[in-house]
Amino acid sequence: MAATPGTPATTAAPRTATQKRPPLRRRLRRDWLLLLIMVPGVLYFLAFHYGALFGNFIAFKDYVTFYGVWDSQWIGVDKFADLFADSDFWQATWNTLSISFLQLLFYFPAPLALAMLLHSLTSDTIRRFVQSVVYLPHFISWVIVVALFQQVLGDVGVFNGLLANGGLHTVDIIGNPDAYKPLVIAQVIWKECGWGTIIFLAALAGVNEQLYEAAAIDGAGWWRRTWHVTLPAIRPVIILLLILRLGDILTVGFEQFFLQRDAVGPAAGEVLDTFVYYKGIQSGDFSLGAAAGLMKGVVGLILVYAANKLAHRFGEQGVYRSS
Amino acid sequence: MSANRPAWMGKPSPLVKAVKAVALVVVVAVVLFPFWTIVATSIASPQEVVDNGGWVVIPTSLSFHAYTDVFEGGVITHALLISGGITAVGTLLSLVATVFLAYALSRPSIVGGKPVLLAILFTFLFPPAMIPAFLVVQELGLKEDYLSLILPVLVNTFNLVVMRGFFQNVPSELIEAARLDGAGDFRILTRVVMPLSKAVIAVIGLFYAVSYWNSFFTAILYMRSDQWPVQAVLRQYVTQGAALSNTSEVTVVNSPQSTKMAVVVMATIPIIVLYPFVQRFFAKGVLTGAIKSLGKRSQP
Repeated sequence: MAATPGTPATTAAPRTATQKRPPLRRRLRRDWLLLLIMVPGVLYFLAFHYGALFGNFIAFKDYVTFYGVWDSQWIGVDKFADLFADSDFWQATWNTLSISFLQLLFYFPAPLALAMLLHSLTSDTIRRFVQSVVYLPHFISWVIVVALFQQVLGDVGVFNGLLANGGLHTVDIIGNPDAYKPLVIAQVIWKECGWGTIIFLAALAGVNEQLYEAAAIDGAGWWRRTWHVTLPAIRPVIILLLILRLGDILTVGFEQFFLQRDAVGPAAGEVLDTFVYYKGIQSGDFSLGAAAGLMKGVVGLILVYAANKLAHRFGEQGVYRSS
Repeated sequence: MSANRPAWMGKPSPLVKAVKAVALVVVVAVVLFPFWTIVATSIASPQEVVDNGGWVVIPTSLSFHAYTDVFEGGVITHALLISGGITAVGTLLSLVATVFLAYALSRPSIVGGKPVLLAILFTFLFPPAMIPAFLVVQELGLKEDYLSLILPVLVNTFNLVVMRGFFQNVPSELIEAARLDGAGDFRILTRVVMPLSKAVIAVIGLFYAVSYWNSFFTAILYMRSDQWPVQAVLRQYVTQGAALSNTSEVTVVNSPQSTKMAVVVMATIPIIVLYPFVQRFFAKGVLTGAIKSLGKRSQP
C-alpha cells in the first residue's frame, strides 16, 4: 500500500473571481434536489449532535426523572460544586490522566515503529500479508478483545497454564488492580497499533526518495537517515496526531474501561467516561454526570485550541487554521 | 525480493535481516495466537478443555458440542439475528445518508454548503456527551426501539469527510458532460459519481457494518436485555461470568469454557468473513487517500 499512495483528495478548484453568483432564488431552484437529499444527514447532526450539545443544560438543573428534562428545577452551578467536592471524580480524573500519559508514552510511538518496519520491507507480498494481519484487530469489538485477553492471560488462561505446567508461579494479571494500567495499554496496542500504521505509512511513502539517496551518498547510515530525513519529513503528521491526542487527553476510550472496571474496582478502574456512566446513569444523578461530561468536553476543546496555537507558533501546520 | 531496493540502500546485513524477520513473526503471532486459541478451545472436546484447565492450543479430539449447545440455547441465535438485522438495516441507512450528504456538500457552489460543512466539522471537536445523548434518545421516544441503535450513530463525521473528499475528486468534466446530456443531480450521483467511487463506498460500508455489529453499549443503555444484540449478550457470558444456563431453558452440560469460546467465535466470524472482500480496497490506497483528505480539512 505504501507503494500506491492513492489519489490525494484535494479541495475543489476555487470559483474564479470573474464568475458571478446567480441570485439566491435561481440557486435554490437549481439546487433543490441536492438540498433535499441533505435532509436526513442534516437532521441527524441537528438532533444527535446539536441536540445533545444543547442538552448539556441539564448540568445546570437538578434532573429528577419524575419531573423530566423540562420541568426539573434550575440550580445554577451547584452540580459543578458537588462534582469538585467528590473525591471519586478526582480519582477518576487521576486515573484518566495517568492512563492517557501511558498511552502517549507507549501507544503513540508503537504504530510509528511498526510503520517504519513495514516501510523498510522490500517484498510487497510479505508487507501486504503483515498489513492484512495487523489491521484485523481494529475490526474486533472490545467485548471480544477483552475475552481474548482473558483467555490468554487470565487465571485459567494459556499463559498461566503454561507457567503452571512448567512448575512456575502463575501471575495475576486480569482482575489485578496493580496490573490494570499495563494491561489496558497492552490491549489498546494490540487492537489499534496496526491500524495506526496507515497514516504513518502514507507519510513515509511521501518522503522524497532523493533525500535518502543524497544522504546515503554522503555516508549517512540507517540511523542518520532516519534522524535527519525520515523524522523531519513526517514531523507535520506526528504533530497533527499529537495535537488531536492532546485534545483527547481526558478521553482514553469508554468501552474498554466499562467492560473491565468491575473486575478491578473503581479505585483503579474508574476513568472519567465510566464515572459519567456510573454516577449519571447507573446511580441516577443525571445532572452530576452531565456536569462531568460538559467539563470534559470544554477542557478538550480548550486543549485542542491551545495545542493548535502552540503548533502555529512553532511554524507547524496544525489541525486547522482560522481565516 | 530485492527488485524494489534502490541502489543506494546497499545490501542489509544478515543480522538486520534476521532481526526484522523475527520482529515480523512475533508481531503476526501476537495478533493471531489469541484467535487461534479461542477456535481451538471451542472445537476441543469438553473433557479435554476441563482436563487442561480451561484452554487448549492444539486440540487432540474434535467436538462441535459447544456450537450445538450455543444454538440450542436459543439466546445466542436470537441475539445473532438481532445483530444481523441491525447491521444490515443500519449499514444501508447510514450509507444512504452519508452518500447523499457527502455528495451535496461536495458540490462547490451549493446553497448553504459552507456553513453546514463547518457546523458538521465542529462536531469533531465537541462530540456528544453520554448524558445529553441519552436524554435526546429518551425525549424522542426511541428507548427500547431498535432505531435507538441506529439513528444516534447514523452518520459518522469521519466517514462523511472521507466520502466528500472522494466525490470532489471525480473529474468535473465528467459531471459537466453528463449535465449537458440532460442528466439531473440525482442521475449524476447514481450513474457517474457512485460507480467511480465504488471502492470508497465499499470501505465505508465495511466501517459502518463493523461498528453496528460490534456495538453493545448503546444496546445496554437503551434496550431491554431480551432485545440485546450478540455483543451485549457476550459481555454477560464472558466478562461477567453469567452462565448460559441462567438465560436459556436448556441446561448446559458442556464445559462452560468451550461454550463461551464458541460464542466468541460466532460473534467474530462475520467480521473475519467480510474482511478479505473489503481488504483488497485498502491496498488501492483508499485509506491513505482518505486520511490525506482528512488532513487537508484544515484549509477551508
